[in-house]
Amino acid sequence: MRIRKETLWGWILVSPLALGLTIWVAFPLGVAVSMSLFKWNMISTPIFIGLQNYWFMLFGDHLFWQSLKVMLLFTITSVPLQMLLAFSAALLLNAKVKGVGVFRTIYYLPALIPTMVSTALWLFLYNPQYGLFNFLLDKLGLPTQRWLTDSSLVIMSLVIMSLWSVGNVVVIFLAGLQGIPKELEEACVIDGGNYWQRLKAVILPQMSPIIFYNLVMGIIGGLQTFTQPYIMTNGGPSNASLTYMLHLYKQAFNFSKMGYANALAVVLLLMTIAVSLLVFRSSKSWVYYEGERK
Amino acid sequence: MSARAKTKPGRALIYVALTLGAVFCLLPFAWQLRSSLMTMSEIFSYPPKAIPAEAQWRNYPEVFRIIPFGRYYGNTVILVAWNIIGVLFSNVAIAFALARLRFKGRKLLFALSIGTLMIPNSVTMIPTFIEWSWLGGLNTFLPLIVPSFFGNAFFIFLLVQFFRTIPFDYDEAALIDGASYPRIMVQIILPMARPIIAVMIIFTFLNTWNDFMGPLLYLNDSKLYTLALGLKSLLSSYNSYWHLLMAAAMLVVMPLVIVFFVGQKSFIAGLTMGGIKG
Repeated sequence: MRIRKETLWGWILVSPLALGLTIWVAFPLGVAVSMSLFKWNMISTPIFIGLQNYWFMLFGDHLFWQSLKVMLLFTITSVPLQMLLAFSAALLLNAKVKGVGVFRTIYYLPALIPTMVSTALWLFLYNPQYGLFNFLLDKLGLPTQRWLTDSSLVIMSLVIMSLWSVGNVVVIFLAGLQGIPKELEEACVIDGGNYWQRLKAVILPQMSPIIFYNLVMGIIGGLQTFTQPYIMTNGGPSNASLTYMLHLYKQAFNFSKMGYANALAVVLLLMTIAVSLLVFRSSKSWVYYEGERK
Repeated sequence: MSARAKTKPGRALIYVALTLGAVFCLLPFAWQLRSSLMTMSEIFSYPPKAIPAEAQWRNYPEVFRIIPFGRYYGNTVILVAWNIIGVLFSNVAIAFALARLRFKGRKLLFALSIGTLMIPNSVTMIPTFIEWSWLGGLNTFLPLIVPSFFGNAFFIFLLVQFFRTIPFDYDEAALIDGASYPRIMVQIILPMARPIIAVMIIFTFLNTWNDFMGPLLYLNDSKLYTLALGLKSLLSSYNSYWHLLMAAAMLVVMPLVIVFFVGQKSFIAGLTMGGIKG
């Protein structure tokens, strides 16, 4: 009798989750896959066209390849830089010096800003005539730049901007550093190890699961970059900042190509899974898990 | 070398690096504040000025005059409130059942829920949009509120991890005393979860306040705009009024900074819980 009550309540209480997984995950995924086989503008009846959307993507849509290039370029440049910067910042913020608490707050603040606000702000900072960056370059006697309208510079401008709001990653690294057992570092010091040896032999192996977590999250985030190019450049100049998500959004909501946009979404899902698997695979050789951790 | 960090030059080096980083973090804010207090002609003066001759505080009320910024505040607050209600109602019950009740299928359900964390939102974005258009939910707040009542994988994960650490003796003692499962949840387990509840409230506040994609997809009527959308429309219709834009940006950020400083402890705790145990 007691067990039956427990089962009953269990199912009542988790029913929103079961329902939610069906309505917000399983069903949309099914719709995405099946809709990708149709030609549909949201108004007329969908027309079944088989794999033609995918065929067009690979052989007819040069913007697909361009957006793929932009997405990969942005992710490959921004994620390693974010990791490096965030890890160095966390090492500094973990130093036992006076006033370090204030610095921790300051480093986090930019990550608090809504993407829309930071995008508006950086749009102004990058303004060629009245923006902060050209103001500083000018003060230093360096040539000013067309940050967002120079097709060879625009990705770099977006990367720099992404480095500004790296505070979330810093906080996670910092918490990891504080969790490293003191004995390990002390043992290394007693053995006469210098800072670099300590970093290599103790800190990096201990931190590797957290580096791995941040890396996966960073890559998934990078592949989905949307708001910044949407607001700042709308993909320009000449599609130099057309990220994959922006391409997908435009196909769906500017050109009402719902079938094709869903095919793009399915390919994005496959790419995300492939990249995650790749990182997982490689993690076996460099991520160190202690026995009692999972 | 090993003692470097403890010697004076080592310490000075740390401060220099910390300060450089702080300048990079704060300079854009300083520029935002400076510009929000300038007149338009000061912004466009050449060479650019570092600080305004006289702080133009009236730029702030001016933002409310040129666009219905008050309404956007109201809409955003409504969304935040409903999302917090949804998150609290759904996740505590779900996590309680997953962590403390034994029934068939709970392990599978928990695994599936965690698995959804790996699926990018953008993949389900268009089908969900189509679903809402079938349900007649376009141009209403429903698509931005209803999903929060169905559980959030990240919050469920946090709560389950926490609920599992509470000894089961509590439940058994209460059951012997004749308490029902919902009563155990509300009167025994829930009060212990206060720190995590605080984390959930703060995160829901931030995520809803900051959401851009959701409102962009579902809200076309400018009467329903949130702050993020209001700022975007200001950006496109007043695109050279940088002093007003920057004042509006300050107005969007201010409540966040206040919430951050009030809830700083829970906030950092929440961020790191996800990172370390994930």
